[in-house]
Amino acid sequence: MEPLRTHQGLVCPLNRTNVDTDQIIPKQFLKRIERTGFGQFLFYHWRFDDNGKPRPDFPLNDSKYKNASILVAGENFGCGSSREHAPWAVQDFGFKVIIAPSYADIFKNNCVKNGILAIQVSEEHVQMILKKAESEKYTLTVNLEEQIVYDNEGFEIKFGIAPYPKQMLLNGWDEISVTLSYEEKIKQYELKPNLAN
Amino acid sequence: MQTPKTIIQKIWEQHVVHQEDGKPDLLYIDLHLVHEVTSPQAFEGLRMNGRKIRRPDLTFATMDHNVPTRQRLVINDPISKKQIDALQQNCQEFGVTLADIHHPDNGIVHVIGPELGLTQPGKTIVCGDSHTSTHGAFGALAFGIGTSEVEHVLATQTLWQAPPKTLNVKVNGKLGTGVTAKDLILAIIGKFGVQFGTGYVMEYTGEAIRTLSMEERMTVCNMSIEAGARAGLITPDETTFEYLRGRRHVPQSEAFDEAVAKWRALATDTGAAYDAVVEIEAAEVEPQVTWGTNPGMCIPITAAVPNPADKEKPTERDEISRALSYMGLEAGQPISTVKIDHVFIGSCTNSRLSDLRKAAEVVRGRKVSPTVKAIVVPGSYNVKLSAEKEGLDQVFKEAGFEWREAGCSMCLAMNDDIVPAGERCASTSNRNFEGRQGNGARTHLVSPEMAAAAAVAGHFVDVRKFTAQEVG
Repeated sequence: MEPLRTHQGLVCPLNRTNVDTDQIIPKQFLKRIERTGFGQFLFYHWRFDDNGKPRPDFPLNDSKYKNASILVAGENFGCGSSREHAPWAVQDFGFKVIIAPSYADIFKNNCVKNGILAIQVSEEHVQMILKKAESEKYTLTVNLEEQIVYDNEGFEIKFGIAPYPKQMLLNGWDEISVTLSYEEKIKQYELKPNLAN
Repeated sequence: MQTPKTIIQKIWEQHVVHQEDGKPDLLYIDLHLVHEVTSPQAFEGLRMNGRKIRRPDLTFATMDHNVPTRQRLVINDPISKKQIDALQQNCQEFGVTLADIHHPDNGIVHVIGPELGLTQPGKTIVCGDSHTSTHGAFGALAFGIGTSEVEHVLATQTLWQAPPKTLNVKVNGKLGTGVTAKDLILAIIGKFGVQFGTGYVMEYTGEAIRTLSMEERMTVCNMSIEAGARAGLITPDETTFEYLRGRRHVPQSEAFDEAVAKWRALATDTGAAYDAVVEIEAAEVEPQVTWGTNPGMCIPITAAVPNPADKEKPTERDEISRALSYMGLEAGQPISTVKIDHVFIGSCTNSRLSDLRKAAEVVRGRKVSPTVKAIVVPGSYNVKLSAEKEGLDQVFKEAGFEWREAGCSMCLAMNDDIVPAGERCASTSNRNFEGRQGNGARTHLVSPEMAAAAAVAGHFVDVRKFTAQEVG
């Protein structure tokens, strides 16, 4: 996993609440057995009409947001299915950071495992960013170490993140390797008479 | 005296392998369920790193999402077939027990776990599937995980997890006649929203919960994720133990009694504190129908579709307007006037024997409306055989339903059971998201009884009145 310390990028606004993972990556694209190549299917039915033509009113199709790498959305982003294909698609499309007032637990977790920073800030701040990004080409910078998001015009907000996901993202750790260094502990646990076994 | 604890805290503490500052807890996993959609990349990860499965004996796989329900063994879609073949090969290579489509134990992962007695009180259970919360009905801590976590559990049999906050969902009183577990959970999500459970593990308590059967409890816990909670559980009791007694993977005879004694001790202690509590009066719950594009958008069958203009927040108005437009509904339209084209009885929410029995009772001696295409998809091969033994298949077939093979089917339309664009389906599944049952498909979530009644009437109808009168 690639470490993520600071990131500067163009913001793409997606002013919708309760965006579920069925929208992020519709089920017909879950049949691939690889981890890659999902970006082309991101928000497929919102991006394309029934004939496969891009819908001009969807932000990801707006040339203004070409090469955007920060996605900003409404509350409860990523709700629904646990499919990790959702963050794979978000990442493969080119997004490295998501900003929203809240996330579904499994989606947020899946983001960390893939080196995507899902930042949680107040709804008020999200609305401010959405408004900016809807009216102009808007660039934000994220500093994970300092836990701040800022622009060039003096806007700056602090965000919270638990120490473990922060370290995971900063270092780009392979979590399984980390855990295997605790193998002795796992073995000891397995020797205990277990309630369930 | 020890501080009183919730069942959630008790199970958690029994499974902590390691704790240190600045890290979540390293939690041991007792049962890892695997299906074909969320596992291939995890097995590939193991292969690339030369890793093995730590506990194949605690890992159990099935194929359910892609499987055909018309002819069990004929998979027309080559990509679906590839995914199914991949699971077969992976299970063989890594030594995992697999209930493949030829196997008599095959079925939806959240139906067969309990059926085989793999699901037990006090266990930590995970699966790369958000409806793993279903298994919480047994007093297990069961939650959905992503594919990276699937790989992590395969390799280490553990997960790094921050202790969850606890939320008590108290259901006071009794459900009315004709009101089901499905109506209850929809009403809970309708009342408190699709994210009130985010960050929490929920424990359902109260008189109405205690009187539910195990299959009804599974329906409730199944949809915890639709309220945002990764897990929702119910303290095990006599109903739980009687369900489990004699099942293949539970301890037998004396060992079972010993297990029951341990399971009893899991009960939430009197006076245990939760981080949050919500309450609902069971008697106030009516049969529910969803009108929109998330499970919180539901109303009683007696009500009308909401009007976005009545909402204060612009984001809420937008969301409702968009949902109405997608669903092809008018604000203020009584939901009972909405005509349907399809009925789907199935999914990990409502495809168990008791669900099929209840739906069959509604349709017995009646006919599916000529404008409706209705299918029943049992949750497992075992459910299918049991239902056939009772003649339920005949009841459905005589009424004009199609009687299918087991699988996830039209809940998410990964196989060829798809609702065409613009058409409307009364579905006993768990998600009414845009495109869930097919691109442009319009899903209304209901109980099996309500789905059966809608199939006959051709539109939504109050099953409480429907069963009381003869249909002309």
